[in-house]
Amino acid sequence: MSEPATTPTQPPEGGSPKQKDSYEAVIGLEIHVQLATVTKMFCGCELSFGEPPNTRTCPVCLGLPGSLPVANAHAVHLGLVIGLALGCELAPRSVFHRKNYFYPDLPKGYQISQYDEPLCRGGALGEVRIRRVHLEEDAAKLIHVGSSGRIHGSDASIVDFNRGGTPLAEIVTEPDLRTPEQASEWLKLLRTTLRQLGVSDVNMEEGSLRCDANISLRPACSAELGTKTELKNVNSFRFIERGIRAEIARQERILHAGRQVVQETLHYDPASDRITSLRSKEEAHDYRYFPEPDLLPVAIDQHMLAAARQALSELPSERAARFQRQLALSLETAQLLSFRSELGDYFEAALAAGADPAPPAQALANWVTGELAPRLGGYGREHDDRGGGSAVADEPVDGGVGGDPVNSRVTPAALAALVGMTAAKQVSVGAARQVLDRLIAEGGDPRAIVEAEGLAAMDGGDELAAIVAAAIAANADAAQRVREGNAKAVGPIVGQVMRQTRGRADGTEVARLVNEQLGV
Amino acid sequence: MIGRDEVLHVARLARLALAEEEIEPMARELSAVLEHVERIGELDLDGVQPTSHVVASSSKVDVTRALRPDEPRPCLPREVALAQAPAVSDGGFLVPSPQA
Amino acid sequence: MSAEVLALSAAQASAAIGAGELDAGELFSFYRERAEADREAGQEGLNCFTWVAREAPGKAGTRVRETVPHWPDTVRMHESAGSSLAGVPLAVKDLFCTEDAPSQSGSRMLEGYTPPYTASAVARLREAGAPLLAKTNQDEFAMGSSTENSAFGPTLNPWDRTRVPGGSSGGSAAAVAAGLAPWALGTDTGGSIRQPASLCGVVGLKPTYGSVSRYGMIAFASSLDQAGPLTRDVTDAALMLAHMIGRDACDATSLAHPQQIALPSAERLDGVRIGVPAELEPEGSSIEDGVRRCFHRALALAEELGAQVNTDISLPHAPYGLSAYYILAPAEASSNLARFDGVRYGLRAASSSKVEGATDLLDMYTRTRHDGFGREVKRRIMLGTYALSSGYYEAYYGRAQKVRTKIAEDFATAFASVDLIATPTSPGVAFALGEKTADPWSMYLSDYFTVPMSLAGIPAISIPCGLSDEHARAGANGAEANGSGLPVGLQLAGPAFSENKLLDAAHALERAIAFDSTAAHV
Ligand SMILES: [Zn+2]
Repeated sequence: MSEPATTPTQPPEGGSPKQKDSYEAVIGLEIHVQLATVTKMFCGCELSFGEPPNTRTCPVCLGLPGSLPVANAHAVHLGLVIGLALGCELAPRSVFHRKNYFYPDLPKGYQISQYDEPLCRGGALGEVRIRRVHLEEDAAKLIHVGSSGRIHGSDASIVDFNRGGTPLAEIVTEPDLRTPEQASEWLKLLRTTLRQLGVSDVNMEEGSLRCDANISLRPACSAELGTKTELKNVNSFRFIERGIRAEIARQERILHAGRQVVQETLHYDPASDRITSLRSKEEAHDYRYFPEPDLLPVAIDQHMLAAARQALSELPSERAARFQRQLALSLETAQLLSFRSELGDYFEAALAAGADPAPPAQALANWVTGELAPRLGGYGREHDDRGGGSAVADEPVDGGVGGDPVNSRVTPAALAALVGMTAAKQVSVGAARQVLDRLIAEGGDPRAIVEAEGLAAMDGGDELAAIVAAAIAANADAAQRVREGNAKAVGPIVGQVMRQTRGRADGTEVARLVNEQLGV
Repeated sequence: MIGRDEVLHVARLARLALAEEEIEPMARELSAVLEHVERIGELDLDGVQPTSHVVASSSKVDVTRALRPDEPRPCLPREVALAQAPAVSDGGFLVPSPQA
Repeated sequence: MSAEVLALSAAQASAAIGAGELDAGELFSFYRERAEADREAGQEGLNCFTWVAREAPGKAGTRVRETVPHWPDTVRMHESAGSSLAGVPLAVKDLFCTEDAPSQSGSRMLEGYTPPYTASAVARLREAGAPLLAKTNQDEFAMGSSTENSAFGPTLNPWDRTRVPGGSSGGSAAAVAAGLAPWALGTDTGGSIRQPASLCGVVGLKPTYGSVSRYGMIAFASSLDQAGPLTRDVTDAALMLAHMIGRDACDATSLAHPQQIALPSAERLDGVRIGVPAELEPEGSSIEDGVRRCFHRALALAEELGAQVNTDISLPHAPYGLSAYYILAPAEASSNLARFDGVRYGLRAASSSKVEGATDLLDMYTRTRHDGFGREVKRRIMLGTYALSSGYYEAYYGRAQKVRTKIAEDFATAFASVDLIATPTSPGVAFALGEKTADPWSMYLSDYFTVPMSLAGIPAISIPCGLSDEHARAGANGAEANGSGLPVGLQLAGPAFSENKLLDAAHALERAIAFDSTAAHV
């Protein structure tokens, strides 16, 4: 017996927390990535980006009688690049199979996919092992049109074959994830990796990255796996967390009630937070896989391997390690710069700008991640929940970090010059922040702004000493308390100096001068 | 050898409606053919490689050209793509909704 | 004039046009009228055609409108042998897609279907100068050995209208035998060119798998389907083949034939080693005596021409060929025919639901496929679906693929000691309409000798080798002059890519046999 899948998935009110903690979730992901080719997987139609329905079709991708597929060499190449990046074993010979089932979005009555001889096997990304990577073709799009006069009295859809046949790489992980948050974090790392490889747009609004999750629960100390369910198309980072959480809660309730989880395919509806069963019970699945007789096995030769190796750029994890090793950046900063490759790219451009005085790497990294990026605001692209989209929506990795500095008026050289001047104490931190605001608003050269605005740091010379003396005189009470040993009373004096110098003076230097003049 | 229930199961997989009077003859004819084809069960085929592609099995042939360059070709005009469809609406192929 | 034109083989007609002795337009009109008359006569004629061209080439309507996304064919290995086809009209099996002409594969499912593109093999022949004359009748989706499984009625055998022409390319074979077309294009999956050629007394050649592009052939069993010529003589077969072969970028399984196809010239068989396999007797049946006599006469003639006939070779797994074939071919067919679902083209069954107006998707699928497919097609879809289904794959499909390997190995072993293998093409002559429809396996047995070569992907040709006098001819069409008897075919098979050797041997034997291929002209 199973709990009806349509039960709302609110957390149980009365369950004892101890009992709740006694299960561990085991999560594996299946990710479909649309590959960044020009044409479809098995025909010469260009990939579609929102063209009118059925304007990107040919006899092959419409499944017309007599048409035959021919595999896209570039899709195979991109599959190999993914395989290499994930440390997979590449099959010297892999085989396309037919996966047979009927659905209106499947023009041939079968999907050409790979089965027991995939392109890549094994590998890992971070702490998650990869089971396999294989190539297949995407289905077409079904658009619900409601009741139609043509099929009277019943519900109708139209089929748009523009998307049908788009090349996909399916990446399947081992069940190495344990929490919804971990799953979402890992998926972000995968997305960054794929984006940096250039194998896919990973443009989530377009549905070029889609994720299914396999979820099972087991007693906390058990090594045995429980019955798993497959949660289909969890379509944003937020929803993948919520969906997995909801399914874990559903399974916990079933197990606590002493019942069995049923192996089935489920759909998570974020609007209602409900999980529903996707397939009717009578629809027993029997895909009748057999080797696609219209396609020869894909044989990987040395030339293709060399091309894939060449296309392999540095991965986020490798870049982070390099930042730590070569530039002595902190772990946190190195990861931030690597996992958001646009920040890393900007940082490296600034570092290479040859500013004099040169900015220290950690200081420059801090300015990129802690000052510049947050001032540029969050990602403009909020995900949208339109129907049909099974995309993982785009969201900033870290809510506070902000936008892409490449699109701002601040050139990498300008930021490098500013940070260099700050580090050399030619401008104070406060003044430098003012300069940065000006740069963001208007662009330009930081040194010119400093000079024009008179923001250069004051050294400890006579001018500053005079201002300090005047401030002590104006705050006689405070000065007296400092002399009596209350070090904190120095605040109003320093504050006045800073106001009068409009931040040009270095706070530490001012405090030192005040104490000197007060003889403490 | 193959009974009514199996015939109905396979017909369902193949999306074939069978009229009541077609079921028994189908079962009988399939059973008769299966009896003949099951003769291959007599053979000892341990260790024999299956042949999926008679071409790929032939060493004479260079099969590396079986891939296609990623170059676009013209698509069919939409009216041509839709011309033979039994039902069309809004530029698409009209079908009963799967979840209905 | 008409008798002289009719007497010309395709190669002769092509030469006559080239020499200015014959007008291509007149030739086209001559055959167009003959074909059209047969089409109009329906079952009163031979019912060879499902469509006949309205106009001669060069006039409006025959322009080439190429909407096919054809990839450039860069790998055509050789320029075609022999002369161009110079306007000799071509009859084409219904299952080849032809732009602007119905392509129905003998099925109600595709009644009236006109594809937006032309099959590569037809396009090549057209480019070489052979205009499309007509589409020929066939067993539905090429499933059958008698052309009785056509939604457009059976084709009749021109030698005896009470008998079948064989199948599935029965319309093509009958049209050539009756002189309704100079030559015709067919397809062979397990014998669908060779067996009807045998039953109609014409030449039929199945090339090495992959030699001719399958692009645009409405698929039956993809790993076996191969296009080939049905012609009056061996020279015509070579001429057509020379213009069809070659790698096609639209068919990943097509390949560049390592040899240019030459027009055959051999008159002797000196030094040619011909093997006759020990496994000639089909299971539960046997070769008809008349067929056996013709076959042995042909072997004797071969020896007279200098061949060494070796009866010592063995193809031990060939008797299992039919069993393996009737797993593999239906399995592939069950998948290939899944696209006929009533969504994009072809038939969609009207709602049948008892509930007024309620049409659900499952109902649409199952009714459409019930109504659109004929009985034999449904049987094979069921058989193939069963063989691939969960729990049965290894016992059926997996094992059959291994039998295929063993059969290919058997041939390789045999070809180490002989150049060619000879068998009767079919165990019997043309059978009566309806004779084998009740018992599918008895029908399947007529492909007993042709299926092993299909499984091994090797080339094989059937040439007429005489008339069996075992059966009296009833209601013969124009064949009375030739006395009684029905045609018998001799099959010659060779290793992959041995078409030239095969054509030469067939040519030498054809001369010696001197079969009158015009005897059944109407
Ligand atoms: Zn296409």
